[in-house]
Amino acid sequence: MFGKLSWAAIPFHEPIPLISTAVVAAIMLVALAVVTAKGWWPYLWREWLKSVDHKRIGVMYVTLGFVMLLRGFADALMMRSQQAFAVGSSQGYLPPEHYNQVFSAHGTIMIFFVAMPLVIGLMNFVVPLQLGVRDVAFPVLNSVSFWLTAAGALLVNMSLVIGNFARTGWMGYPPLSGLAFSPDVGVDYYLWSLQISGLGTLFTGVNFVTTILKLRAPGMTYFRMPVFCWTALAANLLIVAAFPILTATFLMLLLDRYLGMHFFTNEAGGNQMMYVNLFWAWGHPEVYVLILPAFGVFSEVAATFSGKPLFSYRSMVLATLAICVLSFMVWLHHFFTMGAGANVNAFFGIMSAIIAVPTGVKVFNWLFTLFRGRIVFATPMLFLIGFIVTFVIGGMTGVLLAVPPINFVLHNSVFLVAHFHNVIIAGTVFGALAGYNYWFPKAFGFTLDDRLGQCSFWCWLIGFYLAFMPLYVLGLMGMTRRLQHIADPSWRPWLLVAGAGAIVIFCGILCQIAQLYVSIRTRERRRDVTGDPWNGRTLEWATSSPPPAYNFAVLPKVETIDAFWEMKRRRRRPATAYEAIEVPHNSATGIVISFFAVVAGFALIWHIWWLAIAGLLAAAATVVAFGWSDEREHRIPAAEVARMERTRVRLGGSA
Amino acid sequence: MGRSIKPQHDLQRTSVVVSLVGCVAFLTASCQRAGVLDPRGPVGSAQRLILFDSTAIMLVVVAPVILATLAFAWWYRSSNPRAVRSSELAYEGRIEFVVWSIPALTVLLLGGVIWIGSHQLDPRATLPAKAAPLKVDVVALDWKWLFIYPDQGIAAVNQLTIPVDTPIAFRVTSATVMNSFFVPQLGSQIYAMGGMTTHLNLLASEPGEYTGISANFSGQDFARMRFLVKAEPADDFGGWVAQVRTTGSALDAASFTELAKPGTIPPTTYQSVAPKLFERIVERTAAGSARDRVGTAWCPPVPQEEP
Repeated sequence: MFGKLSWAAIPFHEPIPLISTAVVAAIMLVALAVVTAKGWWPYLWREWLKSVDHKRIGVMYVTLGFVMLLRGFADALMMRSQQAFAVGSSQGYLPPEHYNQVFSAHGTIMIFFVAMPLVIGLMNFVVPLQLGVRDVAFPVLNSVSFWLTAAGALLVNMSLVIGNFARTGWMGYPPLSGLAFSPDVGVDYYLWSLQISGLGTLFTGVNFVTTILKLRAPGMTYFRMPVFCWTALAANLLIVAAFPILTATFLMLLLDRYLGMHFFTNEAGGNQMMYVNLFWAWGHPEVYVLILPAFGVFSEVAATFSGKPLFSYRSMVLATLAICVLSFMVWLHHFFTMGAGANVNAFFGIMSAIIAVPTGVKVFNWLFTLFRGRIVFATPMLFLIGFIVTFVIGGMTGVLLAVPPINFVLHNSVFLVAHFHNVIIAGTVFGALAGYNYWFPKAFGFTLDDRLGQCSFWCWLIGFYLAFMPLYVLGLMGMTRRLQHIADPSWRPWLLVAGAGAIVIFCGILCQIAQLYVSIRTRERRRDVTGDPWNGRTLEWATSSPPPAYNFAVLPKVETIDAFWEMKRRRRRPATAYEAIEVPHNSATGIVISFFAVVAGFALIWHIWWLAIAGLLAAAATVVAFGWSDEREHRIPAAEVARMERTRVRLGGSA
Repeated sequence: MGRSIKPQHDLQRTSVVVSLVGCVAFLTASCQRAGVLDPRGPVGSAQRLILFDSTAIMLVVVAPVILATLAFAWWYRSSNPRAVRSSELAYEGRIEFVVWSIPALTVLLLGGVIWIGSHQLDPRATLPAKAAPLKVDVVALDWKWLFIYPDQGIAAVNQLTIPVDTPIAFRVTSATVMNSFFVPQLGSQIYAMGGMTTHLNLLASEPGEYTGISANFSGQDFARMRFLVKAEPADDFGGWVAQVRTTGSALDAASFTELAKPGTIPPTTYQSVAPKLFERIVERTAAGSARDRVGTAWCPPVPQEEP
């Protein structure tokens, strides 16, 4: 009846997961109680959970990313403390059984449920506004995407209390992740949650490629699109091309695990090397899905806070597209040590180094955007400076790792761990935080507190250096990654410094929370009544903060790059001739499908076959029901638009 | 908004932090008497040289970029009345040319380093030396390393004794999940994979004891999957071989099955080894790790008894 599920799946005898679950459950109960007591449910359900508005979906993605950041960061603190204490004769407080789950969950969560939601959230919120349009191409599909991602995140977190998570590392290499070596449900949690959220990500890719190619404001040719839209286009092309590889690879591993097949086992002609190749054929483009939108954010921030157009726009676009294409030709650099011949290794090494050319061009272009500018040191600008200074170090160590003979001694070491945290934290996370500070006033109509924002920046920056520079050193000293126990006591001082760095980063996260709290409390003083708090250059600043559901009452006419800058220069008057606007109905399709996806995923993990079939059928029925509905949008009459616009202009919003 | 916040102070702090951390990290790493910066063989030495060369080539570009970023940010702060500004500067052909040339030339140079280095330090390439190579077959097991000396007919677990100044030709496989065979002070690592053989050539040029590890996560006791490398003068190595041949037990199919069971053990030696044991492990005809049998009912490798 309940497959493999029994009371034994709940870790009553293990205090760490039990206490953390209890704490999380308590927080959630309090939140639910507050929402219920205040009577917010109808509003939340109607205006947020069912919303198909790209702005609200963007906000929910970013919220999901930040919430999961807390979970992933708790894992990081556990790893750092375990490695700081489990030296020599001490075994620390986490047995391998736990420790191996902790680092697997940390990697999985940080990549799929923190970094991805943050960049997809920013793209969701910003891209249609920057393109000067009213929504994405497929608004309901967008909601489905978000809720499938949330479903995956929920399943990963359920593994904390029911059963366990994978003990294979976030890459889940077979045969370790095969049934023979990981017979319990951990790997199944990993696979099904990523299959479900991966589907959502693929839909996002399709949606945004379509939106950017087919929906742009009148006059917005490709070479008038803001650079963030270009990077979003490149990232989503990568998603469309790469995520199906991951889905197919995981499907083969699932067939190995569920039907006893031998794609990747040690026996019967199975080939583990194929998994590693396929995984990184997705995995390398994936890191560019994460970094390219961050490059886009920094391009916008550099131009806005220097009071100058971005230096060499066409070069920037060319570099973005070059990275997009090259990222598919370098996957083998993740396993030079697998025994390929010298020609193969040399080819992939050189291809990887070549990616440094367009990336270097981008760095120089940001540099020349600052050159002769009028630089305002608001929080996003600080993140930009911190990013350039830190990211070039990460780029350098990345190219070092791309040199096969160097890779032979640093592969899988904590030098590698330091490298990819160097590019992901200084690149993607700093980019996301810069974007969060930059676009927050557009989303909510008031600015974030700059002083606390700067505090969080300095904590993140200093914490990063403290936490990861020691890992570069330890990697050179021969420390490999994923060690539950440290045999060499001479490594300990460095591990203590790294632990201190993690605590400083944690202070940065606390500053962000304080920043949000303080800013909400003082929002009346920090209202953005102009819609353009930073003297922006692109179209998202042409509408009010927050924008109306339809974004623009009259679609803007675009004549140049930096369209809004040009409008301000020419003192363009707001239009007053309104037409009726079609807006999509909100729809529960996304949240309902995802609910059934969670049910089906959970049932598949625990081999509860009847429930899995029921869940899948119900999800399919929801899709059909949506397909049957006739009325999917409604028109706001021109008179109504005019009335809403008059109100907004009276309140201070511009056209 | 638009408020400028003492940028000088902030940026000085950045540069101080960056340079301090960088210097300390680099200095301490170079003094440390272990790891890949302290190689004891030609492979590791060549790799360290390439590491230093490549770092130097890139620092020529990276260091000025970092300094220029901080300098531009400081000089063009909005509160600096002396800065010359041009708010429309969006393109300049000469700058553009330089901007593409610098990284392209750097990568061209590095591309040469990569091509030559990959061929010279190909793990399969035999090492030039006066002595004839010693063959050692390496098998990764659940959380221990088995070293078979096929020409000597002996084997050892978790200890690898080798003669100095003699090239060692390793064949590497796994009787369990993927691992990576790595002695940081000797140089290159190579994956150990079930059903496959990888090749690695190393040489120790100084007698001494070095730590060996698995550098690819392999489960429960991965952190304890360490072995000791003893590099000894050729005569001492001969003596060690003779001594091993007279002590300890034999490694046959039964004792291999026992050895392959998951767990950790202290260093051990075997006075003899069943013929072609390594080949049979690669072909999966030897008894593999006990964990293998789960889920392979359709094509079991070899019937085994439960302990």
